[in-house]
Amino acid sequence: MKSFAPIVIVLALASAYGFWYQRSRGKIRVAHTAADSALNAAILGEPLGSRATLVQFSSAFCTPCRATRTLLESVVAEMSDVRHVDIDAEEHLDLVRKLDIRSTPTTLILNSQGVEVGRAVGAPKRDQVLTALAALR
Amino acid sequence: MTQATSKKVSHTTVTIDARGPRFSAAITVVVLSIALITNSIWVLAFQALVFGIGALRGPQFTPYSVIFRKFVRPRLKGEVPTEDVRPPKFAQTVGLVFALVGIAGLAISAPIIFTIATSAALAAAFLNAAFNYCLGCEIYLLLLRLR
Repeated sequence: MKSFAPIVIVLALASAYGFWYQRSRGKIRVAHTAADSALNAAILGEPLGSRATLVQFSSAFCTPCRATRTLLESVVAEMSDVRHVDIDAEEHLDLVRKLDIRSTPTTLILNSQGVEVGRAVGAPKRDQVLTALAALR
Repeated sequence: MTQATSKKVSHTTVTIDARGPRFSAAITVVVLSIALITNSIWVLAFQALVFGIGALRGPQFTPYSVIFRKFVRPRLKGEVPTEDVRPPKFAQTVGLVFALVGIAGLAISAPIIFTIATSAALAAAFLNAAFNYCLGCEIYLLLLRLR
């Protein structure tokens, strides 16, 4: 028995999800995190930047993680007061659960106190990262 | 899976032409569509074989990838984008699981299982081909968090 109903439904739903996926990935969203849930060097295993820290969560099965790493490394290379920390999500599942990281790459933007002020799910855009960092003193 | 250090993700990995898996995903969309429309266990079994090669040997060894290298890549211009082989290999493994579940569904006379499993594999292949969807990015961490 031939039926076209399943394929029409699947392609329609997948297309709707795909457009949302492409629009939402990489966009930096403002986070309103409580100051007492700040991250620090002891949690991250690396020191924070004096003005800001970009905390990237990566995994093995993630193609855009590499491009994100290259982008963020080049951004912080020009700023002595901003650091980039790349964390293997698989090795830090407790932190992943606590911060509710659901996919990779996810990049957190921390202020000087280690408080999350923004978050990008998917590979972020350079100009958006620069804008977010410029807002931090 | 082994990691060189605890904090940094290992960088020493095999890389392939990133356009290969996406082209293969487009062929997979056509094959799985035929399987879904005709309710054919044999078409799905063929795709399961292809997923099996991609999952066990690597996505660069599937017949679709051979077509890409022989007929498509020579016609492409510009810089070759490379990617780590592990994300597409992971996606092939997920595809293999869905294909095997679909085959089992028809084998035990439960066509609804065949339809759902084939649809899931088709959705993932379509998202990969049309939107450059990264399946490993989206579901691997969620699977780990279930532990």
